[in-house]
Amino acid sequence: MKRHDVVLIGGGHNGLVAACYLQRAGLDVLVLEKNAWVGGAATSRDTGTGVTFSNCSYVCSLFRPEIMRDLELPRHGLQVIAYEGGVVFTEDGDYLAAYRDHDAHRREIARFSPRDAEAYETYARDVTRQCRFIQPLLMRTAPDPVSLKPRDIGELLWLARRFGNFTAEEMAATARFWTMSIADFLDEYFETEVLKAYLAISGIIGTALGPMSPGTAYVLLHHYMGEVDGSVGAWGYARGGMGAVTQALASSFRASGGTIRTDAAVEKVLTRGGRATGVVLDSGEEVAARRVVSNADVKRTFLKLVEPADLPEPFLHRVRQFKMRGSSGKLNIALDGMPEFPALPEGCRCTMGDMHFSDSIERLERGYDDWKAGRWSADPFLDMMIPTQLDPTMAPPGQHFMSCFVQYCPPKVEGRDWTDADRDAFAETVVSQIADYSPGFRDRIIGMEVRTPRELEAEVGLTEGNIFQGELTFDQLLFNRPVPGYAQYRSPIPGLYICGSSTHPGGGVMGAPGRNAAREILRDMRLSPKEMRPAHDVL
Amino acid sequence: MIAPRRHPAQDHFRQPLTETPFHPRLAALCETESWYNWAGQKALHSVYDEELEYFAIRSTAAVFDISPMIKYRIRGPGAEAMLNRLTLRDVRKLAPGRVQYTAWCDDAGEVLDDGTLFRPGPQEFRLCSQGRHLPWILDTAEGFDCTVEDESTAIAGLALQGPASFAVLQAAGFSGLETLKTFNIRDLPHEGGQVTISRTGFTGDLGYELFCPAEAALSLWDRLWSAGAPLGLKPIGYNALDRARIEAGFIVPGTDFIATDLALRADRARLPDEIGLDWLVDPAKTQFNGRRAIMAARAKGGPRHVLVGLEVEDNTPAVGAILYHHKKREAGVVSSAIWSPMLKRNIAIASLDAPYGSRITEDLWVEIYALRELRYHKLMKRARIVPRPFLKLRRRTVTPPGLV
Repeated sequence: MKRHDVVLIGGGHNGLVAACYLQRAGLDVLVLEKNAWVGGAATSRDTGTGVTFSNCSYVCSLFRPEIMRDLELPRHGLQVIAYEGGVVFTEDGDYLAAYRDHDAHRREIARFSPRDAEAYETYARDVTRQCRFIQPLLMRTAPDPVSLKPRDIGELLWLARRFGNFTAEEMAATARFWTMSIADFLDEYFETEVLKAYLAISGIIGTALGPMSPGTAYVLLHHYMGEVDGSVGAWGYARGGMGAVTQALASSFRASGGTIRTDAAVEKVLTRGGRATGVVLDSGEEVAARRVVSNADVKRTFLKLVEPADLPEPFLHRVRQFKMRGSSGKLNIALDGMPEFPALPEGCRCTMGDMHFSDSIERLERGYDDWKAGRWSADPFLDMMIPTQLDPTMAPPGQHFMSCFVQYCPPKVEGRDWTDADRDAFAETVVSQIADYSPGFRDRIIGMEVRTPRELEAEVGLTEGNIFQGELTFDQLLFNRPVPGYAQYRSPIPGLYICGSSTHPGGGVMGAPGRNAAREILRDMRLSPKEMRPAHDVL
Repeated sequence: MIAPRRHPAQDHFRQPLTETPFHPRLAALCETESWYNWAGQKALHSVYDEELEYFAIRSTAAVFDISPMIKYRIRGPGAEAMLNRLTLRDVRKLAPGRVQYTAWCDDAGEVLDDGTLFRPGPQEFRLCSQGRHLPWILDTAEGFDCTVEDESTAIAGLALQGPASFAVLQAAGFSGLETLKTFNIRDLPHEGGQVTISRTGFTGDLGYELFCPAEAALSLWDRLWSAGAPLGLKPIGYNALDRARIEAGFIVPGTDFIATDLALRADRARLPDEIGLDWLVDPAKTQFNGRRAIMAARAKGGPRHVLVGLEVEDNTPAVGAILYHHKKREAGVVSSAIWSPMLKRNIAIASLDAPYGSRITEDLWVEIYALRELRYHKLMKRARIVPRPFLKLRRRTVTPPGLV
């Protein structure tokens, strides 16, 4: 039987990033993907409507430019397009738009509050300062604070120096920012409800917390620290849908000699003498490898793919307690025309970006209350995009793809499993909310893909359908992600690694976990990470 | 406090840059089409010829549209006390009818902006600045009996600068200004309303600033224009003004220092003492924003940065140049620089890192990269610290003003 250097479980974006770097370092890497396609939660497929959907993730900003360059992703077809603005529709028939143009944006906020229009500058400065602090941490392995290894001590000193450069004021601001709720944080700057609601969404998206829950301010940062070509905080569309990211990765991987097997679901990780030796597929086929890397989330990896007897009990306990709660769903809608929003003036470009209908923090928090009771929100918040306005490759002319992220949506409905009837009722809640603001919307629908946590878990393998492979709260970040003592992509089983969003620096289509994991694996194999150029400086 | 109100206009996205009240006149005179964005409004780099416009400032008279300046109106029995808390200087010493150049800081003593504080009446003030500060001023105003109103777009502003500026005003029928001294204000009638004229400016020359309601802007322009043409009145853009202001030694936020509320890098913020504004700080005032931090820094041994005027040998302007001590050790950066036509000297404004500029003031050099037809001339030129203003004109302050 052929023995691979590395077998990778799961062809999501982080798995493919790790696979690319390992293959390019001269290893023989095999990626095993349970679906008939690669991509994990970064896929785009036509599910029979004639319109291509970004089926799960739908916008691109966090994906590290260093990785795009190292792995030559533009040459393999990846294009990321910046988009304009966004909008929140208000219940009274008005709206708050966001514009790329600084002055148009200021005047828009000034419609609601001249004070907030100016306060936005300070808010943007403070959030950017936090981004600038966190960005250099993304592409580094989090140091183990109790380790005495020279490298960990060196990294801790590096971190301490960064804190040491802080003024007392910055130190206080940072400690508060990492722990406070997004609602409290926004209250320090703004008085306009709809503006706060708009900005709060980045603090709760994908997270089973409400805007008033402590820790949500950091989640906002996680969505601001990306960039499109150096424009920090900007978001863009992957041309062709988010699958373009993973298709480019797969193409780059194959071009460097790597092998991908689809329809190859891994049943178990094989161990011998306490060491990972390969995997067994659900067909019973065994695949031998010197090292096994799992792109699956930490729960799926250690609670399903590994025998509990192979793991120490405290580790298992920590994995079980790791917060990975389903909180969101998604509707992918094919439309036979651009929906109308009568609240907007004609020609307003804000429909190119993210659209929402939640105009107060309180409505967002009430939506969370429903989730706590085990129901989907009766008044959910939507993060809605129509990328086909800028991307002609996803739909026939005149038709559109509307991506509609929906929160909150529980992993179980009042304690029982989701049914198809639940799923349809959930979809109806969303469609009726859109139709309230867009007359004739229902008539434009030519097809729809509805995804609750049930579908997300079944297709992508995300436990409970949690899009980040674990909440991005401070208790689960850096050297605590996913488990203290195992935050450096290694596991208690020698030869078994994890590289998905459950690891530092966390979720989003970022690729940093995959790259960091590849670096640690190569270190263990005493190989140099060739073609892994240093992370960009933050000037 | 102003009540936040919902503004119905929703079409602003179609034209992100708005037009000032003087725009129709400027657009008609403009030959260069060199429009730029000044605080969200269209402004001109130059109107017809930057160099000739500069000489209008120094020889005849020039009008520069300052309407995009941010203008806050502060009124009420507590206005003086509030502004005394907000700004560095003692506002109690600012008599009604006078103007004060001033600056204000955050609680860390770091400069938010500099600007001019007008006091048209005992309980009436106008604060003019480059940056927007409404949240900060409203927060400071808490507990003081006063109102704060942003009148930036409601009020048009025009700088009339140059040796003939008094003559232009006189010819335009604004009488009685021969007694108006530097930093004094007077209200004069115009078209059934009033125009506020102050003897202030940003050129170091004889000059005035005129403020009127936006609706009266065009008639004010026309009144000056018909009277001023025989005296050589010219419209100018920012580039000409910038030359004059460097000669006058004035600093510009965003160019010569970074306002702390906009600084992404916390170490770029500056105390007043670090940008040459120490003279504005009135330690006798027991309370003002930033006082504790400013005084603590002084007690700790002086500023960590020093803003200075430089005279650079030879004639190549040193814009953006790095300063070195002994040609080796990096000592600071040049933020503004020109060849001065009035002084026939190569002058610059620079920020030095202490002890350069404080304890060490000799053996300073600037490294100039002069790009000439696709080749850099790398120059290392000696720089001497000289007092600001570089240019002092007697006509700026003489009362009554003449033409010389």
